Amino acid sequence: MRNTLAIADKELRSYFASPIAYIIIGLFALLFGWFFFVYLSVFVQRSSQMMMGGGAPNINQDMIRGVFLNSAVIILFVMPMITMRTYSEEKRSGTIELLLTSPVTDFQIIMGKFLGALGLYASMLLVTMLYIAVLFMYGNPEWRPIATGYLGLLLMGGCFLSVGLFISSVTKNQIVAGFLTFAVFLMLWVINWMADQSGPIMGAVLKYLSITDHFDDFARGIVDTKHVIYYVTFITFGLFLTAKSVDMERWRG
Amino acid sequence: MIEVQHITKRYGRVTAVDDVSFRVERGEIFGFLGPNGAGKTTTMRILTGYMPATEGRAAVAGFDVFDKPIEAKKRTGYLPETPPLYPDMSVREYLDFVSRIKGVPSKERRERVAGVMQKTRIADMKDRHCGKLSKGYRQRVGIAQALIHNPEVLILDEPTAGLDPKQIIETRQLIRSLAGDHTIVLSTHILPEVSQTCQRVVIINKGRVVAIDTPDNLTARLRGAETMLVQVDAPGADVTTALAAIPGVTRVGVSEQRGAAGAFEVESEHGRDVRREIARSIVTNGWGLLELRPMRMSLEDIFLQLTTDETVEEAPHA
Repeated sequence: MRNTLAIADKELRSYFASPIAYIIIGLFALLFGWFFFVYLSVFVQRSSQMMMGGGAPNINQDMIRGVFLNSAVIILFVMPMITMRTYSEEKRSGTIELLLTSPVTDFQIIMGKFLGALGLYASMLLVTMLYIAVLFMYGNPEWRPIATGYLGLLLMGGCFLSVGLFISSVTKNQIVAGFLTFAVFLMLWVINWMADQSGPIMGAVLKYLSITDHFDDFARGIVDTKHVIYYVTFITFGLFLTAKSVDMERWRG
Repeated sequence: MIEVQHITKRYGRVTAVDDVSFRVERGEIFGFLGPNGAGKTTTMRILTGYMPATEGRAAVAGFDVFDKPIEAKKRTGYLPETPPLYPDMSVREYLDFVSRIKGVPSKERRERVAGVMQKTRIADMKDRHCGKLSKGYRQRVGIAQALIHNPEVLILDEPTAGLDPKQIIETRQLIRSLAGDHTIVLSTHILPEVSQTCQRVVIINKGRVVAIDTPDNLTARLRGAETMLVQVDAPGADVTTALAAIPGVTRVGVSEQRGAAGAFEVESEHGRDVRREIARSIVTNGWGLLELRPMRMSLEDIFLQLTTDETVEEAPHA
């Protein structure tokens, strides 16, 4: 655990020592803010209409959920930037020799890198809470669906990170790692688009595989163990692949 | 302290290290000598647990590097060919990080970092980012990193490569001062380095061990026969027969033949000076003696001879 934390700490520090962390956080906050603004404007307009018609607008379902769903897409674009350098950079600069000859296990290294990236991702999400705070200042949204939404984002991001980590461990080239990661993420996202056209079994499988499909319930305020299990399994599998790849690299030299 | 038994490493079809065995005793400085691509780095990487060997076993401080990697790594400090520095970290941050993953207890960390910075004389750069250091400082930070957990064994891959002469001398002094407390294995393709710093040398070429001995013994072993270079302006065959007839001469070889003149390598029994006889023989035959000088074997020649001509080692057995 101590070793894992030492590596996580180092990872997090190296993100913040380079402009990368600030660019990612800034970019994400900006886009999140844009969606937030658009959805809020629409919501304000629509709620005044609904009030006249006697309906009860729900800010959680009508606005925040939309922002969450859209930010899931931004995350898709941002995540490759976080993970593309994790292993590639260590291999290119030779620092991987330090890690692999230190008395730490591969698992501790991988966990450290994963937690470091997750830390950056969490701080990315943390910044967006400022926007949510504005809602609490001027209205009274429910906090539970917001919390589950963030939990969902965290889990979904974790999946992206574990896959990104794996891809980064396969190549020495950051750019290659970045593009590959992006392509795989996109695939995982759009895989359910074919679901309706495929047969009943294949359709269900495709739907189940899609990373974003599982997020929908979280955005709605529901924590379904089915989805939690999917995400946790996904993350474990990604980290397992990374471990295998690091081990194979070792044998190949 | 270090025991390597029949290690072989293959990458696909290429054999990088072929049946290498050696032992290094406690407190010794052991040199790894060989041309580029001889398998020095691969052997060191196997010793440090960076990669497994295809065959064979290696143990550091009594712990097998394959079966007990964590225990072995705790007792090994390693400086790879390029110092493994994180450019974004300051020297102190970097050493602190290394001390953490090498398992230095948190109470001792500050002291250890300060200690190695003083030992390797990098304290004046402690707040400088690693990416902004000069080559000499990088190398020293690399050594500091290897020393941080006070390992019993230090493995240094080309510790003086790319340094200027003054830095090379300083680095060698540093390495010598570390012997005794630490068992040191260092690799180099620079020969004087070996004779100046190492107590024992293994010469390795194309993945095979060519010779293991002290630098002095290696020199003596190859100087077993004394060699003279003779230049004469006469036909080669005649000179060869004439010189070979001199008592004490064991072998005559033609090293160069240019028109009428030729250069010959004359080997004689150990300790027997045949220069007068050679001169007399040439003069009585009516040839002109252009040059006559003893050929000294430096470690460099041994290195060249051992690594370019494989038959040298095998000849006595053949």
